[in-house]
Amino acid sequence: MNVSKSYGKLNVIEHLNFDVAEGEMVSIIGPSGSGKTTVLRTLMTLETINDGVIYVEGKPLTHMAKGGVLVPADERYLRRMRTSIGMCFQSFNLFPHMTALQNCMEGPVQVLGLSKKEARERSEELLHMVGMIDKRGQHPSRLSGGQQQRVAIARALAMRPKVMLFDEVTSALDPEVIGEVTNVIRKLVTEHNLTMLMVTHQMGFARDISDRVCFFYGGKIEEQGTPHELFGSPQRERTKQFLSAVKEAV
Amino acid sequence: MPIWEFLQKYSSVLMHGTWVTCLQFVLAVLVAVSVALVMGIGKLSANPLIRGTCVVYIELFRGTSLLVQLYWIFFVLPLFGITLPNFTAGFISVGLNYGAYGAELVRGAIQAVPRGQWEAATALSMSPFARMRRIVLPQAIAIMLPPWGNLLIELLKGTALVSLISVTDLMFQAKQINASTYLSAQAFGTALIIYYLFARVLITPSMRWAEHAVARRLGRS
Repeated sequence: MNVSKSYGKLNVIEHLNFDVAEGEMVSIIGPSGSGKTTVLRTLMTLETINDGVIYVEGKPLTHMAKGGVLVPADERYLRRMRTSIGMCFQSFNLFPHMTALQNCMEGPVQVLGLSKKEARERSEELLHMVGMIDKRGQHPSRLSGGQQQRVAIARALAMRPKVMLFDEVTSALDPEVIGEVTNVIRKLVTEHNLTMLMVTHQMGFARDISDRVCFFYGGKIEEQGTPHELFGSPQRERTKQFLSAVKEAV
Repeated sequence: MPIWEFLQKYSSVLMHGTWVTCLQFVLAVLVAVSVALVMGIGKLSANPLIRGTCVVYIELFRGTSLLVQLYWIFFVLPLFGITLPNFTAGFISVGLNYGAYGAELVRGAIQAVPRGQWEAATALSMSPFARMRRIVLPQAIAIMLPPWGNLLIELLKGTALVSLISVTDLMFQAKQINASTYLSAQAFGTALIIYYLFARVLITPSMRWAEHAVARRLGRS
C-alpha cells in the first residue's frame, strides 16, 4: 500500500497501491526502467522500500508491529515472512556447487528443518513435475538455460510458498527452450492454486495465462485489466505505444 | 667437502630442521587461514566496529615488517606480561602476518561471488550465517584457491625468519652449520633446494589437487 522506492534521487516506484487476490495470476509488463522488476524485488524483500507497507495475507511483510506501531522489519521477522514467498530469477541463480536435487533440498533442509529424506521426496516430486527428474544428479553447469530455470522453479516451489514471483524467467533463454519454462508455469496455473506475479516480455504468454495484466510506466501502474481488455483495447496512450512497439519488434 | 659427504654428515641435523620448518609451516597456515577467514568476512560486516577492527588489523599486519612483528611478539610482549616460547611466537607471527594478506583474498573472493547467489539464498529465507556457510563460502573458496597457493609458498619462505628468534628450523640449522664449518655453499645450497622441493613437491601439487576437487564440486571437471 502506497509503496515508494528510490535509489538516491531516482524514484523507481512512486506511491504504488497494488493488490493481488489469492490464487490470482498477474503479469506485469512495461518498458525497461518502469519499475517492474523492483516491484518483485521489494515483494521478496531483496530491496527495502522508502515509504508504505507491503502486506501478505493481511500481515505486514516489510514492517512489524512493535509497541502498537509498525516499524521496519528486522532480519528475523523478514526471514519468517519470506518463507511464504518464492522467487525465480532471470539468470536462474542456481547454486553451482550443488546438483539439481541438492539445490531443491537446500531450503527445506536448512530453513524449514525437514529431514533429508522428506526434503528429497519433496524435491524429487517437484523435479518430476518440471520434467527434470532424470537430471537430478547434474550440476547447473551441465544443464541448459531452460533446464536450469525449471530446476529453479522446482527449488522455489520446494519451500511451499503461497506466492510465486517470476522475474523475466524466459529473457535469458534461447527461443527454442522458452516453451519448456512457459509450459511449467502454465501447469502451475492450471493445477495449483498459487498466487503468482510474473514480469515478462512474452506478451503472448502473458495474454494466455494471466487473470490480470498490469502495464507499468514510470514506477506506476499506467493501466491494468484482463488480458482481453489490455491487449484488445488499451485505453491509455502509453499502453498503446508500448504494445504497438512490441508488436513491431516481433 | 663434496656434497654427498656433506649430506652424510649433516643430514640428520638438516632433517630435523626441515621437520621444524614443516611444523612451523602447518601451524602458521592454520593461524593464517583462521585469521584470514575471520578478518576477511569481518571486513564486509555491516557493523562499523567489527569492520573497523578488521581494517586496523589488516593494515597493521600487512603494512609492517614480519621481522619487526616477530620481534615484537617474542621480545616486547613479555614486557606486557605475555611470554611465548620461541616456537609458538614463530608460527603465530608468521600466521598473523600472512593471515592479513589472506584476509584480503577472502574478502575479494566473497565479493566476487555473484550477487544473484546471495539473493537466491535470501529468497529461500536462509539466515545470513547459512547463506555464508552453505552458499557463498563454498563458491568463494573456488575463487580464492589459486591466489592462496601463491600465498602459502610465500608463507613457507616467511617461516625462515623464525630462525632469528632461535627456532631450530631449516634456516637455523643451515646457519649453524655454516658458522661452524664455513661450508656456506653446501649449507645454504641444501637449504635452498629443500625449500624449493617443499614448495614444488608438496604445496603446489596439494593446491592443484584442491583446485581440481573444488572444480569437481562445481561440476566443472
